[in-house]
Amino acid sequence: MKFTLSWLKSHLDTTASLDEICVALTDLGLEVDDVHDRSKDLAPFIVGYVKAAEKHPNADKLRVCTVETGKETLQVVCGAPNARAGIKVVLAQPGAVIPVTGEALKKGVIRDVESQGMMCSARELKLGDDHDGIIELPESAVVGEPAAKALGADDPVIEIGLTPDRADCAGVYGIARDLAARGLGTLIALPTEKVAGTLGKSPISVSLDLPEGKGEACPQFVGRYFKGVKNGPSPKWLQDQLTAVGLRPISVLVDITNFFSLGLCRPLHVFDAAKLKGNIHARMAREGETLLALDGKEYSLTPEMTVIADDSGAVGLGGVMGGETTGVEDGTTEVFLEIAYFDPIRTANTGRTTGIISDARYRFERGVDPAFLLQGAELATRMILDLCGGETSDLVVAGKEPEWKRSITLRPSRSETLGGLAVPAARQKEILERLGFEVSASGEALVAAVPSWRAGDVQGEADLVEEVLRVEGFDKVLPVALKAEGALSGPAITPVQRRAIAARRVLAGRGMLEAVTWSFMKGEHAALFAPVPDALRLKNPISADLDVMRPTALGNLILAAGRNADRGYADVALFEVGPHFASPKPEGQRKVVAGIRAGLAVPRGWTGPARPVDAYDAKADAQEVLAAMGAPASAQVTTDAPAYYHPGRSAALRIGPKVLAYFGEIHPSVLKGLDVKGPVVAFEVFPDMVPEPKNRVLTRPLVKISPFQPLKRDFAFLVDGSVSAEKLVRAARGADKKLITDAEIFDVYTGKGVEEGKKSVALSITLQPEAASLSDEQIQQVTDKVIEQVVKQTGAALRG
Amino acid sequence: MSDTLDAQQGALRSQLLDQVAAAADLAALDAVRVAALGKKGAITDLMKGLGGLTPDERREAGQKLNALKDEIAAALDARKGALEAVELESRLAREGLDMTLPARPQARGRIHPISQVVDELTAIFCEMGFSVAEGPEIETGWHNFSALNIPPHHPARQMHDTFYLPDQDGAKDADHAETVLRTHTSPVQIRTMLEEEPPIRIIVPGRTYRSDYDMTHTPMFHQVEGLVIGRDITMGHLKGCLIEFCKRFFEVDDLPVRFRPSFFPFTEPSMEVDIGCSRKGGELVIGAGDDWLEILGSGMVHPQVLRNGGIDPDIYQGFAFGMGIERIAMLKYGIPDLRTFFEADVRWLEHYGFEPSDTPSMAYGLTK
Repeated sequence: MKFTLSWLKSHLDTTASLDEICVALTDLGLEVDDVHDRSKDLAPFIVGYVKAAEKHPNADKLRVCTVETGKETLQVVCGAPNARAGIKVVLAQPGAVIPVTGEALKKGVIRDVESQGMMCSARELKLGDDHDGIIELPESAVVGEPAAKALGADDPVIEIGLTPDRADCAGVYGIARDLAARGLGTLIALPTEKVAGTLGKSPISVSLDLPEGKGEACPQFVGRYFKGVKNGPSPKWLQDQLTAVGLRPISVLVDITNFFSLGLCRPLHVFDAAKLKGNIHARMAREGETLLALDGKEYSLTPEMTVIADDSGAVGLGGVMGGETTGVEDGTTEVFLEIAYFDPIRTANTGRTTGIISDARYRFERGVDPAFLLQGAELATRMILDLCGGETSDLVVAGKEPEWKRSITLRPSRSETLGGLAVPAARQKEILERLGFEVSASGEALVAAVPSWRAGDVQGEADLVEEVLRVEGFDKVLPVALKAEGALSGPAITPVQRRAIAARRVLAGRGMLEAVTWSFMKGEHAALFAPVPDALRLKNPISADLDVMRPTALGNLILAAGRNADRGYADVALFEVGPHFASPKPEGQRKVVAGIRAGLAVPRGWTGPARPVDAYDAKADAQEVLAAMGAPASAQVTTDAPAYYHPGRSAALRIGPKVLAYFGEIHPSVLKGLDVKGPVVAFEVFPDMVPEPKNRVLTRPLVKISPFQPLKRDFAFLVDGSVSAEKLVRAARGADKKLITDAEIFDVYTGKGVEEGKKSVALSITLQPEAASLSDEQIQQVTDKVIEQVVKQTGAALRG
Repeated sequence: MSDTLDAQQGALRSQLLDQVAAAADLAALDAVRVAALGKKGAITDLMKGLGGLTPDERREAGQKLNALKDEIAAALDARKGALEAVELESRLAREGLDMTLPARPQARGRIHPISQVVDELTAIFCEMGFSVAEGPEIETGWHNFSALNIPPHHPARQMHDTFYLPDQDGAKDADHAETVLRTHTSPVQIRTMLEEEPPIRIIVPGRTYRSDYDMTHTPMFHQVEGLVIGRDITMGHLKGCLIEFCKRFFEVDDLPVRFRPSFFPFTEPSMEVDIGCSRKGGELVIGAGDDWLEILGSGMVHPQVLRNGGIDPDIYQGFAFGMGIERIAMLKYGIPDLRTFFEADVRWLEHYGFEPSDTPSMAYGLTK
C-alpha cells in the first residue's frame, strides 16, 4: 500500500514530520517498508526556459538551445524533437546525477559545440517511460526553482506492508484515522452531504439475482446514472497522486475510481452506460460463460464467481475487474457508476482461480467497509460532477448492508493481565473511541461497538486489548523474565531426541558430514527402495522430481553422493537424521538415522594403499550409533535386510523382533536406477526401536579387575564357507563362559591350500584367571574344550 | 715370585685397559672381553695358575687377581655403555623421518548448521524451562489450519502454498480427511495442548513445507515454534522471553529488540519481532546501527486456539512464537543462499558445518 504525504495530509490535519509519521505507522502495526522522497533525487534539477533553439551547425537532428536558469544563460545541445524556443524544461547542470544512469553529468562538446547542461526526459529522471522527448513543464513553473515542485514530484511516497486484517488501512483515510488515534493530528471528517439527482430515476435499474444461500456474494449494490459528462485527461493534481503511487493515469473517470479505491478503500466501477444493454444484475456466473476483462484477457467463469451482468451477459467480475466491452473511453458521455459490496472469501477465490491481481480484489478480499456504500456513492458523484460535468440521476439501491454490527465487552484489567500493561479505563475508552468504536460502560467493564470498517477483524476481547496496546505502544509493555520453574526439571528432550543428537555427534566424529535433504523424492527413484502407496504421492508436487514422500532417507543421500562425484568428489560419507514415510498416519512417519559411504574408505596415501568402502564400514557406523544411543551390545546380526541392499552383503541388527538397524552394500541395480557409481554402503538406524532400560539405575555394577595376567591362545579352524563367524565365536566362548572373556577372529582365509567351499578361520581366545594363575593343565583343559565345542557346533576341523 | 706376578699383572692390567679404551665398537670390545675374561682369556689363565701356589700366596695373589678381574670387567662395562650410547646416537641419526609428511588420513565430519542451530535453541530455551516437542510432518487440515483459526475454504489456507496428499479414508470429517504437509510447526501446539495439562512450555523445531521454490524459498524448510501456557502469562513474559532469546542467540548483550503489532490468525494480540542491525555498504551487522531486521512472529495465543486445544481460555492464557531456522542460521553465520542448505554439497557442508565436539551449551557457551 503506497500513498503520498500530501494525500495523507488531505485526511489528517497534522504538524507531525515525515519521520514522526513513519515511526508511528510502524508502531501501530502499519509497517513502513519504504519511504521514497523523490525531491531528494531531483534536487539538482531546476526549471529552465528555452529562449532560443537554433539548428546545430554540424548535425541535422541536434539543436543548440539557449537556456535561462534565472541566474545565467547556458548553451545546451539537445537532440529531442520537441526542443524548441519558448518551453520550460527540466535542466540538469554539470555535476547532477542523472537518476536513470546514476552518473554525474559532465560538460561536453557535441560535434564541436559546447553543451553546458542537459534537458531531461521523464525516463532520464525515472519519472516514467517517456523518452520521445524532453519534459515540457507547465507555463506556471518558475524558472530557477527546483524542478521537483513543478513536476509534482516533491511529495514523499510512503509504502506500508499491510497485514490481511487491516482492510480499513487499504485506504489512505484509514491510515489517517490510526495516526489520529495515536495523537498525530486530527482526522478530517469526510463530507456527508448528499447530491440531489437532477435526472430523476436512473434509466438503468439494478437487481440482485442471487440463488438461495448465496446472497452473501453481493448483499448490496448501489448505482447511479450520469449524462453529459466529459471524459479526458485528469487534472494534474490527480495525475500526480496516482503517478506517485505507481498508477498510470488513464482518463478522469477511471482515475476517479482508482482515487476512491486507494484513498477511501472504496473500489468503484464505471460503465459506459451507452454500451450497456438493458439493466444491471448481480448474479452467479453461468457455466461456460466468459468475460473479456479490462486487462484485455478473456476469462472462463464458474458458477462460484459473482458477476455483474447486463441483459446481454457478464460485464464485470464482481470485486475483481470490469469488462472491456463496457468500459469508459474518451468519448464517453453516459456513465453508470457501480458501488457494491462483494464477499471477501468468494472474491479471494475468484481472484485465485482467474489469477487476476487488481486493486479492487486486494480490497474486497480483505473486506471493505460494509456501511460505506451510500456515502461513498455520494462522494464519488460529487467528484464526477466536479471533474467531468454533466448531470446525475437518483441513487439506485439494491439489497441492504450485510450484517456487521457487533459489541464486545472489555474488562479494562485485561490490558494488564493479558497485555502486561496497565492502562486506565478512561484512556482505553478514549483510544477505542478515536478508532471509531462506540464505547459505553457496563459496571467495571467497557462495551465497545465495533465500527463497520473493523467488523471483519475485531471479534473478541483480545482484539480490543490489541487495539489499546498498539495505540498506547507495545514498547511500553515491560519485559518480564521467564524463569525456569520448579527445583529439578526433567530433561528438555525425550530419550528418542537424545538418541538423535548423540547419533549426529558420533557420526560426525567418525568423519561423516551431516546433510539435510528433501523429505520428498522422485516416485521412480522411491520405487527402487519400496513400493510407494498412493497416500504418499503429492497431489501438487513442486516438480515431477519431488513427487512422493520418501520411503527411506537413503535415496536422496545416494543421489547426493552421485552429484558430489560429478563435481569431482567421489569419496563421500554423508548422513542425515530425518523422516521416512510408510503411511500418512503419525505412526507411519518415523525418524531415522541414515548414512552412506561411497568411493574410498581410506584414500591412497603414503602410509598404505587405498581401500574402497565395504559393508563393514557401514556396520561399524551402525554399531557406534547404537552404542551411543545406549542399545545393548547383544543385538543379533540377521541376514534379512531390505532388498535394496546387496543380498549377500547386508544384515539387520535386532533384539528379538525389533530391528534396530540395517546395514550393508547398496544393491547394484538400485545404484544403476539412481545412476550413481558404486560401491556405496549404507546404514539405517531406528532410534525409536532402541529399548529403554526397564529400571533406570544410575549406579553401575562393581568393576572386577583381576590381579592376574590374561593369556591368549590361538586356533585355526577349517570350516564350511557358510558357517558364520558369529557362530564360531559363540561356540568358542561357550566352552567356558567364566574363564574365556573374549574370542576374536583375526584371520579369515580362502584360496590356495584350502579346499573349495571351505574357509580357514583363525580365532584368538582370551583367558582371564581370577583367583589364581592357571596351570598348564587347566589351560590345556580349556583349549581342548574350545576345540571340542567349535567342532561339535560348527562342523569345523582344527587345522594342523 | 710374588714380585714377578705383580709385574705380570701390572703389565696385563695396563695392556687390557688400553685395549678396552681402544675398542672402537662393541665387537672389538667383546674380543677384548674374551681375550681377558673368556675361558682361555689372560686373566682366566692367571686364575688357573693360582693352583700351583701355597695357600698363603694363593690368597694374596687371588685377591689381587680378583681385583684385576673386577677392574677390567668394570672397564669393559663402562666402555660398553659408552659405545652403546654412540651407536644409539648414530642409529637415531640414520633413522630420521620427514615429519612434514601428513599423518594417517582422518576424515573430518561436520554437523549441519540446521542441527547446530536447533541445538543452540534447545540450550537457550531449556534454560528457561522449555522442553522440546515434535509432531508429524504429514498433518490433517484440521491440525494444520482449522484448529489454528484458519477455517476451511478460507483464502489464508491457500496462501500457505500447501502441499496436498490424497484425503485419508475413515476420518471423522472432511477437515480431518484433508491431508497436507504441515506448512508450519504450529500444529504441534494443538497436539501438545490436547495431550498435556498446562502449564506448558515447549519449543518445536522441525521440517515444514510450502509449495514455493525460488531465490528465497525452498519447498522444505525448518521452523521452530514456541508455546507457553500458564495462568498468569502476559505479553510481558512474551517480551522478556524473546528479548532474552534474541540476545543469547545472536550473542549480543545490548541487542535492540522491537515488538511491532502484526497479524496472525492464531494469536491476539500479534506482533513481529525485529532486531537492531546496520546495513551500511550492503553489509549486515546485527546489533549495531539504526535499521531493523524482522526475525520472528509471536503473540498471545488466541482464545479460540486454546479452546481447540482443549484448554479453557478463562483459566489459562499464554504466548506462542515461531521463526525460520534457516533464516536465523543465515543471519548468525553469514550463509548467503537458502537453497544451498539442502544440496548436500560436501564443500558447503565442510565449510558451513560445525565440529562434532562443538555441542552448544549455556554453561560452555553456544559457540566457540
